[in-house]
Formats: sequence, C-alpha cells, structure tokens
Amino acid sequence: MNRREKYEARQRRWSILIAAASTIATLAAIVILVPMAPGWSRVQQSFFSGEVFLKTLPKMLEAFLVDIAIFAWSTPLIAIVGLAAALARSTRSPGLFPLRVFGTIFVDVFRGVPVVLVIYLIGFGVPGLGLPRPWNSPYIWGTVALVLTYSAYVAEILRGGIDSVHPSQRAAGISLGLSESDVMRYIVLPQAVRRVVPANMNMLIALQKDVALLSFIGPVEILRQAGVYKSLLANFTPYVVAAVVFLAVTVPATRYTDYLMNRQNDARS
Amino acid sequence: MMPEARGKEAEGAREKPKLSLVGVTKTFGQQAVLRGVNLDASKGEMVCLIGPSGSGKSTLLRCINLLEPIDEGFVYLDGEDISEPGLKPGPIRRRIGIVFQSFNLFPHMTALANVTLAPRRIHGRSEREMRPAAEALFTRFGLGDHLDKYPDQLSGGQQQRVAIIRALAMQPEVMLFDEITSALDPELVGEVLDVLRQLREDGMTMVIATHEMAFARDAADRVCFIDEGVIAEQGPPEAIFAAPKNRRTQSFLRRVLRRGGVHEAP
Amino acid sequence: MTNFPLKSLFFGAVVMGLVAATGSAQAAGACAEGKTIEAGKLTIATGNPAYYPWVVDDKPEDGKGFEAAVAYAVADKMGFAKDEVMWVRSSFDEAIQPGAKNFDFNLQQFSITPERDKVVDFSEPYYSAAMAVLVRKGSVDAGAKPELASLKGLKWGAVAGTTGLPVVLDLIKPNSDPLLYDDNANVTEAMKSGQIDAALFDLPTALYLAAVVLDDGVVLGQFPADRTEKPDQFGLLMADGNPLKACVDEALEALKADGSLAKIEAEWLQEATGVPVIK
Repeated sequence: MNRREKYEARQRRWSILIAAASTIATLAAIVILVPMAPGWSRVQQSFFSGEVFLKTLPKMLEAFLVDIAIFAWSTPLIAIVGLAAALARSTRSPGLFPLRVFGTIFVDVFRGVPVVLVIYLIGFGVPGLGLPRPWNSPYIWGTVALVLTYSAYVAEILRGGIDSVHPSQRAAGISLGLSESDVMRYIVLPQAVRRVVPANMNMLIALQKDVALLSFIGPVEILRQAGVYKSLLANFTPYVVAAVVFLAVTVPATRYTDYLMNRQNDARS
Repeated sequence: MMPEARGKEAEGAREKPKLSLVGVTKTFGQQAVLRGVNLDASKGEMVCLIGPSGSGKSTLLRCINLLEPIDEGFVYLDGEDISEPGLKPGPIRRRIGIVFQSFNLFPHMTALANVTLAPRRIHGRSEREMRPAAEALFTRFGLGDHLDKYPDQLSGGQQQRVAIIRALAMQPEVMLFDEITSALDPELVGEVLDVLRQLREDGMTMVIATHEMAFARDAADRVCFIDEGVIAEQGPPEAIFAAPKNRRTQSFLRRVLRRGGVHEAP
Repeated sequence: MTNFPLKSLFFGAVVMGLVAATGSAQAAGACAEGKTIEAGKLTIATGNPAYYPWVVDDKPEDGKGFEAAVAYAVADKMGFAKDEVMWVRSSFDEAIQPGAKNFDFNLQQFSITPERDKVVDFSEPYYSAAMAVLVRKGSVDAGAKPELASLKGLKWGAVAGTTGLPVVLDLIKPNSDPLLYDDNANVTEAMKSGQIDAALFDLPTALYLAAVVLDDGVVLGQFPADRTEKPDQFGLLMADGNPLKACVDEALEALKADGSLAKIEAEWLQEATGVPVIK
C-alpha cells in the first residue's frame, strides 16, 4: 500500500464507522423512544398488529396478483404507444404535419390531466356509451387509461432520447443512401432507447404504484383489499402489509435502475 | 506552370467531367454560403478544397451529396442533373460516398455491421455473405483484426478508416471527404491520408476538403481555394502553393504556413 | 381492557336511561358538563359530503334529514340548545384512526361491529338498517328476482369500506368476484356504465339512489334483519373511552322511550317500508 492508498483506507474506515454509528443511533432512538410515547400501544395495535398482518397477508398477496397482471399487460402496450407517439412527434416530413400536431396534443393532454381523472373518464365514461359486457370491463378501460397516460410520458422521454442522438449520425445514415425510416429504425432509435432506459425504469416503478389507482373503478387489487380489511377490522395494519409487498418489488427495481444509470454514466465519462 | 495548367484543363474539357457544378448557390437564412460555385472533377481526379473555416467547403460537399438542397445552379453526375428538386435522393447518394469530420460511425454496431448496414438494407445482402469482401477491405487498410470491434474500442484514425470502408461498401463513383483528419490526434492523421492515396491509385474520383496543406500539395491533382462562397483560385498544387495569384490565396497561405500548416506528410 | 367499558357502560346506560326518561333536559346537561371537547358546546361530525336522506342538501345545521334530526334531538336531551351544536366533517379513516378526535360524536351510518368497537366507542344504536339490493330496470327485465338464487348470477359491486360487503360475500355468494368502489357515487357510475348489475346498500340509501341518482333504479328487495347474521345497526361513534358516552346513551334511551326517535324515523325514512323481502 502506498501513502495515498493508506490515507484513503483510513478515510474509508472513518466514514463506515460514522455511517454505522449514526444508523444505530437513529434505529435505537426509534426502537427505544417511540414505544415510550403514551399512545404507542394504541398506534402499535392500529398499524403494526402481528395478528392482523398474518391474517390478511395471504389474501393481500392474492390481490397483488391483480396489480402484477395489470402491470404486465400494460407495459408492452405503453412501449408500443409511447414509441408511436414519440415517432409522430419526431417526424420531419412536412406532409406528416397533422401527425406531429396529433402527437403533440396527445402528449400535452395526457401529461397534463391527473391520472385519476383519466381513469374515471375512460373507465366509467367509455363503457357508459353503451358497450356490452365483457367489452365494458374496468380492467380493459382502466388499462387503456393507464396506457394513454404513461405513453405520453414515455413518448416525451423517448423523444428526448431521439433528439439527443447527434445529427451527424442521421447525416451519416442518409448519406449512405438509407431511407429516413431505416435511419430511424437502425441508427437513431437503438441509440435513443439505450439512453433512456434508466428514465423509463423510473416510469415503470411509478406505474407499478399507479396500477393501484384502477381500484377506483372496481378491480380489487392490493390497496383496495387493504382498505376493505381496514374497514372490517378497524385496523391500518393491512396498509402496512401492502407497503411491505410494494417495497419488496420497488426497492430491487430502484436499485437496479440506479445500477443501470451509474453504468451509463461510467460509460460516458 | 501556367501552360501546363491550361493544358490539363483543356484535356478535361475534351472528356466529359465525372462531376460538374455550375453556378451553385446556397443560402442559410440571410447568410449566403455559396455564391455561384463552378467546379469540375474528371474521372479519377483528386480535387482538394482549401480555404479558411466557414468559407463554404463543408456546405459545398453536403450540397453535392444532396444532404443540403441547393438554391440555384446545377450539379451534374455523368452529365445527369442530380440537383433537380423533387428527385429521389436515395439512389443518387448511393453513387456519391461521403465521410465527415467526426461522429461518423454508429456506436451501437460493430465495425463490420457499420460497413454492411447499407448494403444489407438496400441490396438485401446478408452480413455473412459480405464478410469475406469486407475482410479484404479491412485488411487492405490495416484493420484486419478489427471487424468485430465496436467504435469505442478503436482509435480515431481507425474509426475514420472504417468510415471510409463503409462509404466504399456501396461502391460509389465519387467520394467526398469533409475535413476527415481535423478531429484526429496529429499522430493518427497519416494513416488516414494514406488511405486516400491508395484510393487515388485505384482511380477513385474524389473531392476533399482539408486543412492538411502538405497533403494537398503532394497528393492532389488540383487544388481549389474557396473563399466567401466562391472558388477564388484553382490550379495544379505546384501553381497554387508556389505562386498563388489571388491576393486572398496569398494571405491565407501565409497564415497557415506561419502556423506550420505545411509539413511533410508522414 | 377494551371490553370493560363497553359492557359496564351499556348496563350503566340502561339504568341511567330509565332514570333519565322522566328527568328534564337540565339534568342531562349537567351530565355532559366538562366532558365535551369545547365547554358548553357539543361538536358533532358527519361525512363529507353527507347524503340524503341522512342529511338534506349536505347542510346538517338545518336539522333536516334523519341523522341531522337525530343529532339535534340527542343534543337537546343532553341539554344543548340548537345554537350550542357545532358541526365538523370527517372521513371514515379520520374517525377510526388512533389519537385525539375533533368531535364529541360522529354519525355517518357507522355500523357497529366488534372489531371497530376495539378502537372506538359506539353509542346505543339509533337505527337498525335493513340491507337492500339496488339494480337497474334492465336487470329486472332480464329476469332478476328478489331470490338468493337469482342474485347469485348478477355482477355485484359494493362500497369497499362498508358492512354491506361481507353480506354480499357471505350471504349472496355471487358467482363472480364483486367489484369495489370508494363511495356511492362511484358504485352508481359503474351501474350506469353497465360494469355491475347490482349493489348492496342500507335500505334508505338504496331508496334514495334509486329515486334520485339513477334514472332507472329499482330497489329489488331487502334482507330482513334475521337473514343477515348480524343486523346492521348504526351507532354514534366516539373516541375510545369517551366519558360522554354515558350521557349520549342516556339521551338516546330517552328518545327511544318517549317515541321521538320513531317519529324522526317515520318522518325521514318512511319509504323504507313496502320493499319486497328477499327469499
């Protein structure tokens, strides 16, 4: 070990020590001080009842399958619609001006309107026009609402990615005699998509949580199931169950996104 | 010197030029970049464009390749007007290759994939069937070991050579080079210029915008000095470099010579 | 620990109620003294918004609607004049969360259940609600009948936080899982868009929704109290261990004894009769 390495090792030991000490102190404060509060037993009974936790967990996990299913079929649709909207917004040809306008309106509207309103409007409104069962299912139209909203965000992220590809790349492709669509498909998009993977991972994590909003129009997913238990048992522990289940999914996803983002930053520098 | 130059021009006039520009003008907004450029290049001729930055060299090359539509004038390729507005540019661009200063290669593809993309898409050929021919080209330009590397694994000089091979893969009749060594570290310039010399021996028709005065002097058949959107002076390199007649050519050459612009090509 | 006050207070309330039935309002006022969250005032909470027929026009301070009228009658028996009654609004969650409350009691059709009783206190019931099935005319035309067998085949919806949901799940046992919603408005919206056929409400609410909210609403039938495992009884909700409970129960007993509670019920919930009983 040379002089600098020794110094850095010392520094590292110090920072680990400080981090560990402060974490332990904080946890100790929570574990020791909070139960000393006069209302703790009441709060514990309402939010952290082990009995309620175990009793509700199986049904809560079952309800979480609904979240996963909606998430699973929404994601590819969002990718497709988002890509289409991004391409519509990025088209250069003057003949496709209406497409560009349509793409812009789509993106502005669905990014500007609260997700909940879109879900109500499409989830109740479209079936209200008189669609027969099963085509009026809240699962279908709730999904449509989520897909429209998230596609608008994804489209903007993708368009940012497309714009970030240096114009020389396009010129290089065009000068080889490739068509505009080939240039987009083989040269610009692959680079753009790679650059926006981390941003889109964040959208996926947000989507995973927003799937729960479909419960407003009927589907009984995990948050709704928690609400039902809350009412029946007059206890908030089921929400803690839901939080634990969500964290079990989103924390690894977030870590993975950070990892991708760091790797990309390393590659750039 | 002069009679010789005239003789060459007269010779060019007898034979129909491969590439011919007549009165080409190009304006960006209020800025007139090209103000009536006339330029001929015979088959197999290497024409070097020199001149100050912003004089219009790059724009001229981009206009020939139809990357920029021209405002007035004509561009003829084998006597055919390719500057006709509304003409489909794709088939023409395949006949005219161009290599840029930087950001040439597609970073997400291997060198081989870069080279084969256009033939694959346009002629429907597969990478596998193109590999032997590509390998031969790579080897010829000193890149035999680099077919499957990604651009960021190659040096700047190697990248530019791959870019040249990629343009050659479409078997163009004319090649345009836009300052292809300006972004390179000095020690890498030579290997790229060597490729241009090899192409000249192959008889490729080339128009080269360059700051490498030594290269222009030693390798070019003809040197054109472009200034303020027109060709201010042109002739064989010996004439331009030894006895420039135009005052602006003289002051330009004095400036670049003082900067050490002319040095022996490695 | 939590069982103790409920039972003992219940008996206490019965005894005191018998005593207070003949007593004056003045005596009851003394009972509440110093026990309200604001001295000399009675703070009552209801839902936001509050619906007909429980509260008319979302204005409980007018005393119109069943719950508004009950609230003022209870207040009167406890010795509070009309202008000494303050209204606040609360959601269901606010009402049952642990910690201090900003109301003396809360009424918004809270069904009394043992689980809830562990966290909060309930008064004596002021209303026993029958559960009723709300459908649209289309379902009736399609052959829906007030019989369990017929109800099973319908697509059900319910408000997630209500005691109606267990009734749907345990008593009707529909063939497909019910869809759940936040409030009555969303349930009726889902009925309008044809996503559900039927929903379960307490009878007064069902009648109101059928008459006012849905163009073609029909109250198909009601469950008699003995068909449901535990009849749905509404109580005034109070903070756990609220000392006011004795006075509130006393006042309710007095209202039941002198027939004024029945009179209020007749005035505001009179249509609740005449709906067929489900077989």
